[in-house]
Amino acid sequence: MQLQKELQDRRDVPATRKSLWSSLFGEMDVRAYTMVGALVLLWVLFGILNPTFLTSRNLSNLFTQMSVTSILAIGMVLVIVAAHIDLSVGSIVGLTGGIAAILSNWLGLPAIIVILATMAAGAVLGLLQGWLVAYKAIPAFIVTLGGMMVFRGVLMGVTESKTIPISDPVIGLLGNAYFAKGFGIVIGLLAVGFLLWSTYRKRSSRQKYGFEVAPLGVDIIKVFFLALLVGSFVFVMNNYKGIPFPIIFVIVLAIIFYFISTKTTFGRHIYAIGGNMEAARLSGIPIKRKTMLIFVLNGLLASIAAIVLTSRLASATITAGNMAEMDAIAACVIGGTSLMGGVGTVIGAIIGALVMTTLDNGMSLMGLESFWQYVVKGSILVIAVWLDISNRRKGVK
Amino acid sequence: MMHVLEMSDITKEFPGVKALDRVNFKVRKGEIHALCGENGAGKSTLMKVLSGLYPAGTYSGEIIIEGQSRQFQQISDAEKAGIAIIHQELALVKEMTVGENIFLGAEPCRHGVIQWDELYHNASVWLKKVGLNISPNVKIGHLGIGQQQLVEIAKALSKHTKILILDEPTAALTESEVSILMGILNQLRSEGVSCVYISHKMPEVFALADSITVLRDGRTIATLDREETDDDKVVSLMVGRELTERYPRVDHIPGNTVLEVSHYNVWHPEKRNQRVLRDIHFTLRKGEILGIAGLMGAGRTELASSLFGAYEGRSEGDVRIEGKAVRIRSVAEAIKAGIALVTEDRKRQGLVMGMDVKRNTTMAAMGKVSKLGVINENEEIKWGRQYVQELKTKTSSLETLVGTLSGGNQQKVVLGKWLMSDPKILIMDEPTRGIDVGAKYEIYNLMNRLVDQGVAIIMISSELPEVLGMSDRIMVMCEGELVKEFHWREATQENIMIAAAGGK
Repeated sequence: MQLQKELQDRRDVPATRKSLWSSLFGEMDVRAYTMVGALVLLWVLFGILNPTFLTSRNLSNLFTQMSVTSILAIGMVLVIVAAHIDLSVGSIVGLTGGIAAILSNWLGLPAIIVILATMAAGAVLGLLQGWLVAYKAIPAFIVTLGGMMVFRGVLMGVTESKTIPISDPVIGLLGNAYFAKGFGIVIGLLAVGFLLWSTYRKRSSRQKYGFEVAPLGVDIIKVFFLALLVGSFVFVMNNYKGIPFPIIFVIVLAIIFYFISTKTTFGRHIYAIGGNMEAARLSGIPIKRKTMLIFVLNGLLASIAAIVLTSRLASATITAGNMAEMDAIAACVIGGTSLMGGVGTVIGAIIGALVMTTLDNGMSLMGLESFWQYVVKGSILVIAVWLDISNRRKGVK
Repeated sequence: MMHVLEMSDITKEFPGVKALDRVNFKVRKGEIHALCGENGAGKSTLMKVLSGLYPAGTYSGEIIIEGQSRQFQQISDAEKAGIAIIHQELALVKEMTVGENIFLGAEPCRHGVIQWDELYHNASVWLKKVGLNISPNVKIGHLGIGQQQLVEIAKALSKHTKILILDEPTAALTESEVSILMGILNQLRSEGVSCVYISHKMPEVFALADSITVLRDGRTIATLDREETDDDKVVSLMVGRELTERYPRVDHIPGNTVLEVSHYNVWHPEKRNQRVLRDIHFTLRKGEILGIAGLMGAGRTELASSLFGAYEGRSEGDVRIEGKAVRIRSVAEAIKAGIALVTEDRKRQGLVMGMDVKRNTTMAAMGKVSKLGVINENEEIKWGRQYVQELKTKTSSLETLVGTLSGGNQQKVVLGKWLMSDPKILIMDEPTRGIDVGAKYEIYNLMNRLVDQGVAIIMISSELPEVLGMSDRIMVMCEGELVKEFHWREATQENIMIAAAGGK
């Protein structure tokens, strides 16, 4: 009886009350904010060291430069969250870029067919590897290491190790064009409108369920800051030539994959598989099918990156995309993705890609030799993870 | 006689649970000292403190070995002081030979080069000492569990162990292996090695031990000489209160048959012509709790996971749910058919520790919170909140990571997850393992409530008092077969144990 009484007393309903701070910042993890902070610090640092860094022209270049790594990192983050790895994306970029160039230049096919066929090729390469990983239980590291070599080899074979130029003007636009300035402003306004609408919808939906909503002021501050970010981005880009085409790809893909990873059952399953595969299996999640799908998406994204890259370079070369997988993995890791699986965000990966590109761009501007760039990028990768691990240990104690 | 080991006032706390509360434990030189207590009484925790797995500073109290106060930072410190522990799950490298395993981490070296001849020669000496007549060149994976255990003992002895700790050593052994083990322990005692023997099997304890210490709920209850006590006394000290108080028994009125299993055979996933389950027949009725008892390796977990579509091996036989023949090939199909499985190991199989409470809750029933694959977060919060309130889970919020909750609350999250899948048949494998007494009681009450609502429960448990206290019917398994069935009124610890050990 005593026991029963004690149990009665224990009853307490969980409160979801939040402080102002956590309602502003609760959604994203601390790690991502540290990264944003580090990014701002880097920009200020490079801005002081070389005044041209913060000009509209250079920032526009910076965003264009980051596009390939960002697109790859978006796919890679899904793979790593599922506790796998994909070393082949650089070679997929090379091979599908070669396919695009062959279709366009040698066969003279129209741009739309070239693009669709290239994307299909990327998806098929991903499917093949995903099937081996998921259904044949070969470790992803091995499958994609093999893929990395095979795809690069095939590229060298089919192109006879030649550089193939692309002259199709439509494909040329994809990587090099800018949106008209007026159109940029319209996009910016649409984005702000969407922010307002989604915030409103979220509030009214929570109210419908009878949940408490964040104070109106908090939401207004949030929307205001995001709108300010969008506005200044459009302003800076328009100050040069307008918003570059490739960055729009990145933004659209980031939004799609942010949605997939956070709002869909497929996304949830990826996190569950990476977090505890056995628990996921015993919860009825079809692990094999989902794992294969992740690799398909990753291959697809690699082929999109290939189109952007081929377009920017106006040609396909046998070295295109070389080591790109390492940049993508580094971007994910810097952005808070755990190689143990189960942890990581698309937004974090994009921020990671931006950090990596900033280092590239800033050091080039300063005229540092390229060996320094490797040394600095490599060290920053290791230091970022070191800080993260030591912070987490402190958190545990 | 001199005490080789004195542990005094050991207190060890985990978040939310006091696992050890001022425990005192003394072992004399050259004796076998049994450490008894129910699961969760603190035996294993105490031994982890002693063997350095929990470093000094994470507990309070003093450890004195041969008159010297010791503070172990890691396992190797304890080993140097002459303490070796042999865990229930053996810690041997399957792909290495017996000799390599015995000297793992202590290989005889000259200038950093392993002296293989010396290693294998010494290994065979230690093997003889434990009565094992095998070559030290055999791979561990080729040995049976009993032989592996003896290799572990040989490994411990090779480190000049003064205090040998055996944690439930006979759980997986056959009767003849048990008697070999006992012979060796008797011989070690005559050679002056002290032994801490953890077991809740009374016959073994009384056959071997010189003295017995009983732990209950993290406290030392008594230390007794074998001569001056008997097993009834020890059991009553272990349990500490009347069974009726710990198990809220309610009379259930069973309804229609919900699950009917007949001619059910399951084969091993790797050794493909070895049957792990042999010709199983049983029925389960709506609104009853069917307890399944048996020793480790009797096939209980295999039965649960193959019915749930999660076992890798081939299965054959007739399974009917509410009269309809079903063929379950995957977990998803099992869930659809109304089966839920609360697995025995929450950490490894039940929960995604890095995910929050609400996401773990909805994981097996995502269809309820999503449309066309898009999750409605508010629905998710609603369901998560409902189960947290219904099961009285103690968590600071729905966004708390389950890895930070206590064992009992984690188990409630697992239960919430499976209740959300609306099961007709709820299989619970060791539902209260590693949970404190209060949370256990709550889970028992919950089981009764579910049964009243018409759920049929299969409860697999190694804790006999739990099986006796909660089940309406009890089935006993032994070596892949169902050997006996009892109504709860006929069942006793003794007749269940006899059936489980293969006696009739």
